[in-house]
Amino acid sequence: MPLIKSVRAIGNRTVNSVWRLGYASRFFMLTLMHSGSSFRRFHLIVKEMFASGVMSLIIILVAGTFVGMVLGLQGYETLKRYGSESALGSLVALSLVRELGPVLSALLFASRAGSAMTAEIGLMKATEQIAAMEMMAVNPIARVIAPRFWAGVISMPLLSALFSALGVFGGYVVGVVLIGVDEGSFWSQMQSSVDFQHDVLNGVIKSIVFGIAVTVISLFEGYDAPPTAEGVSGATTRTVVQSSLAILILDFILTAFMFRGE
Amino acid sequence: MTSTQPLVEIRDVNFAYDRRPVLKGINMTLPKGKVIAVMGGSGCGKTTLFRVIGGALKPTSGYVKFDGQSIHDLDQKGLYEMRRKMGVLFQFGALFTDMSVYDNVAFQMREHTDLPEEIIRDMVMMKLHAVGLRGTHALMPAELSGGMARRVALARTVALDPMLILYDEPFAGLDPISLSVVGNLIRKLNDALGATSVIVTHDVQESMKIVDYNYFIDRGVIVAEGTPDEIRVSETPYVRQFINGEMDGPVPFHYPGVDYQQDLGVSV
Repeated sequence: MPLIKSVRAIGNRTVNSVWRLGYASRFFMLTLMHSGSSFRRFHLIVKEMFASGVMSLIIILVAGTFVGMVLGLQGYETLKRYGSESALGSLVALSLVRELGPVLSALLFASRAGSAMTAEIGLMKATEQIAAMEMMAVNPIARVIAPRFWAGVISMPLLSALFSALGVFGGYVVGVVLIGVDEGSFWSQMQSSVDFQHDVLNGVIKSIVFGIAVTVISLFEGYDAPPTAEGVSGATTRTVVQSSLAILILDFILTAFMFRGE
Repeated sequence: MTSTQPLVEIRDVNFAYDRRPVLKGINMTLPKGKVIAVMGGSGCGKTTLFRVIGGALKPTSGYVKFDGQSIHDLDQKGLYEMRRKMGVLFQFGALFTDMSVYDNVAFQMREHTDLPEEIIRDMVMMKLHAVGLRGTHALMPAELSGGMARRVALARTVALDPMLILYDEPFAGLDPISLSVVGNLIRKLNDALGATSVIVTHDVQESMKIVDYNYFIDRGVIVAEGTPDEIRVSETPYVRQFINGEMDGPVPFHYPGVDYQQDLGVSV
């Protein structure tokens, strides 16, 4: 009998997962369908960009600077073995623009802004604010969800760009100012090796995809959270875990398509 | 209760969560201009009925007509059109916590009308003045007491002068002064707007002071109805137990279980 119980439990979990995936897809489609009113009232998006984007700036800028400094240090130590210290600028810039910028800023965005979005929507549901909006003949998907979705999608590439820019600055400080790598080589190697379309644009595409994934997961988890303290806390945890996994899996898939066989 | 034209008609409404019946054959007539209380103990089905009237839940059978239209035959657009004629006060106000008092009251005006901001400002101030809280317009909901939050929510509920106002436990958790203030406001606002109000509550004393008619629900069935004077002299056992707050009666004190002596292992 324990075997039957286990099979039944696995079956239940599978059915629930498929059901939730379908519900999330429907939620995503409804968000896109109701996005028109958000763009007509762009101030709603701007307000949410402040909450999710601007309020994430500190963590993104500080993390970007330190990641760049570590890259500068580690990169220099490795390149020195091959007498290629002058390529430090290329190494720092390519690592940041292609991978670390989009991925790390998305992970930080998920922990800082994604979890906040889930908690906010979950609490709005628990305190009947969402139901009140429905009863006032105002569609909560159009009024609450869509502006937050677009705010996340717009903020993400901007944060990623700032992360990479501060990372390059951090690498410059450690490599050029502290260690003494030639400044001219640092910048010229970077300029010659970073291609706008191949590196920068692909990095931007990655960050937009991560922005969509993180924001949809965060908003869906909040909207679907059971209206209790435990329900909201569980939803917030799921947001961080699922967003992080989604970012890493999507990163692999996108990298495979973008940079395979260079 | 059929002397005046009904705004809401509820006929043979049944509702079940999964297979568990919650409402069984509910019939009600809510005339225009009246304040009606729906009373009953916790879990009796009154909040479910409230949600059915608001169109948030669809009955398994029967219908609810609002202003001549069957609510549950409407599509989402039609339902939203109908809800613009309704106001709903939730149990703890459900004020939007990221907006000031002013913005909460102005919310529906901005969403549903193209009025210029100066007119919206005047309307918001009039609504807040009606509930005695004009001076709080710049405060955030977190800065209000429970009673004040309920009054602001009341101002927001009547922002667009609704035809039907639904109140979900409007007296829950209020001190005696706030209780009396909210009760009087419900009556006065209803009369001033010429609206119809439905109060879902278990506060007998307060609601009897302000309502025109009462319905008592027990386990999904209407067990008694009448004007406050009729209810006060009612001999219906459920009504007597409810009004007098008796421990045991038609609503038993003990949850059904196996025989007590048998449970303790004592033979008779």
